[in-house]
Amino acid sequence: MSAAIELRDVRKSFGATEIIRGVNLSIADGERHAVIGPNGAGKSTLYNLITGKYSLSGGDILLRDEVVSGLAPFQINRKGLSRSFQVTNIFPRMSVYENIRCGVLWSLGYKYSFWHNVDNLKDVNDRTVEILEEIGMQARAQIPAGVLTYAEQRALEIGITIAGGANVILLDEPTAGMSHSETDQAIALIRKVTEGRTLVMVEHDMGVVFGLADKISVLVYGEIIASGTPEEIKGNAAVKEAYLGEEVED
Amino acid sequence: MSNISNAMTAGASPSFLRRYGMWLIPAIVVVSLPWLLTSTVAVAVLNQMGIAVIFTVAYNMMLGQGGMLSFGHAVYFGLGGYFAIHGVNMISDGEWPIPLPFVPLFGAFAGLAFGALFGSFSTNRAGTVFAMISLGLGEMMASSSLIFTKFSGGEEGITADRTEALPFFGVEFTTEVQIYYLIAFWVFLAVFLMYRFSRTPIGRLANAVRDNPERAEFLGYSQKWVRFISFTISGGFAGIAGALFALNYEIVTEETVNALTSGVVLLQAYIGGVGFFAGPIVGAVIFTLLQTLMSNYTEIWALYVGLVFVGTVMYAPAGLTGLIMMHVPVAMAGRMGTLTQPYARIALPALICAIGAIGFLESWHHLSAAATGEFEMHIFWMTFDFTSPITWFVFSAMFLGGLWDARRVAPAVADTYGNALHYAFTGEDQ
Repeated sequence: MSAAIELRDVRKSFGATEIIRGVNLSIADGERHAVIGPNGAGKSTLYNLITGKYSLSGGDILLRDEVVSGLAPFQINRKGLSRSFQVTNIFPRMSVYENIRCGVLWSLGYKYSFWHNVDNLKDVNDRTVEILEEIGMQARAQIPAGVLTYAEQRALEIGITIAGGANVILLDEPTAGMSHSETDQAIALIRKVTEGRTLVMVEHDMGVVFGLADKISVLVYGEIIASGTPEEIKGNAAVKEAYLGEEVED
Repeated sequence: MSNISNAMTAGASPSFLRRYGMWLIPAIVVVSLPWLLTSTVAVAVLNQMGIAVIFTVAYNMMLGQGGMLSFGHAVYFGLGGYFAIHGVNMISDGEWPIPLPFVPLFGAFAGLAFGALFGSFSTNRAGTVFAMISLGLGEMMASSSLIFTKFSGGEEGITADRTEALPFFGVEFTTEVQIYYLIAFWVFLAVFLMYRFSRTPIGRLANAVRDNPERAEFLGYSQKWVRFISFTISGGFAGIAGALFALNYEIVTEETVNALTSGVVLLQAYIGGVGFFAGPIVGAVIFTLLQTLMSNYTEIWALYVGLVFVGTVMYAPAGLTGLIMMHVPVAMAGRMGTLTQPYARIALPALICAIGAIGFLESWHHLSAAATGEFEMHIFWMTFDFTSPITWFVFSAMFLGGLWDARRVAPAVADTYGNALHYAFTGEDQ
């Protein structure tokens, strides 16, 4: 079976320090996969490698059997991978509607067009409204994104992430900094919008991970020490020692 | 602008006047202006204004819309001018069948070509890197225009006689008014096309890349390409402005490509407000008026323009258009009345402060530039002795006193505005 995304012996060094030390990971189509690990394990580095922000020191990353490592972010995106950002990353001076619409344009083939009038593009505006409904923000459509509440901005960001119709969605700590009720809403939203898509998420919050993921991989000091269903991970001794043990100390 | 886009995206079909009013009303004004202002000086000022409008709106395609701060946009303006003036000379030498109104296309071509050439390596990044490259290119072109004299005519520049081109439906463009209509036509065409550009996918993504290039890449867009396309097209429109300059003055010199011209367009965009499509239009109009009218009254007009610029950056970073737009919600809620009294309260000390500052600066200027035995200056329809300590004392006191009082009441005025805005959005007083 072809994997949605596959990492083969991925390595990354900064100077003499090897942060990612040979990660092998295969994520099946339609799977919700979470990467967890203690602080400094290299989660964010791994995330930035997959999304093309950093270049690899070794190994390959494949998106549907196609090597994507070494491509620019926009090229990776065109192959069907979309990401969110740990620090909220929206277009603050544009309206919520415009934020989503910018995400829709490329996938509907308008590319660098300088002759279409965006207000007259029915397919673009219909799709934008659909996405707004999906993330429940129709009522806020005309508000500048910069004045939204934090939770709303995170929801908008998920909206932008899925707007281009990518099949593989990467989320970086989508519930970081949220209250309990906000987190519950965010989980429900993520579950809804990633239906039928492959989700890879990096997350610190255990509640989010066990409530959302089909499979979990545990990253410790740049290596995957365990990979399996939430039940398997809960019962894994190595994980308890390396990760949950540390949590108790906190 | 956002009101217009809201109406459209909401699926409402706007009435004819709503849809075309913003083009139709200015068009009527522009067409009728030469009948209202009949002096040739007034028409000459209008011509200068039209050229400045195209140039500044083109510049703001980069600065306001695309987040690229350029210190060298005169390059494309000036090259457009040189190409157009050579175009006119070639047309008259070779008797080519090209009427004068099409000559700005020479400028557009030059602007596009050099925009593409220089944009190809300067648009990789925005920010400081882009600004520094633009400064370097500007200096390079300014000095080149004094070195490659065959093309640029050196310090004397290149001249042409626009009336030798083919008459256009019998019009030979011998008068100021005729060239005014030619410029007005191009102003409308260029501004319309630039507005339309801002509503295309690439125009929208220019805003996205300005706000957040990393995010834009994950929408499938290369930040470099988005910047490059905006940059090139902006160069093309700057070239049109330069070509109109060439046709209007029939001479193009090094001044059109140098850093001063690049600086002026930045000042115009900022004073008008870079955050709005109409901002640079307002800026170009106001700046041209300041420049042409004030120079009749004072030799140090450039100093005042500089002060207006610094004041705008410090106290109204959204520009004059921003000041107007921030009152739109208040006016729609019918609350402008609550602001009249506090605004008048601060306007009075502000005016006194401005008079004091102008008096002080004029005294200083006269003192340093005066011939021996001269001690009188005429400002504010009065005569002052600029060597007398009383003059200095009065102006200094007005400046300091006005400033002190204006700053003292400013927080209360800002509060009143805040209340009015709060009411406009919530329907309740704070």
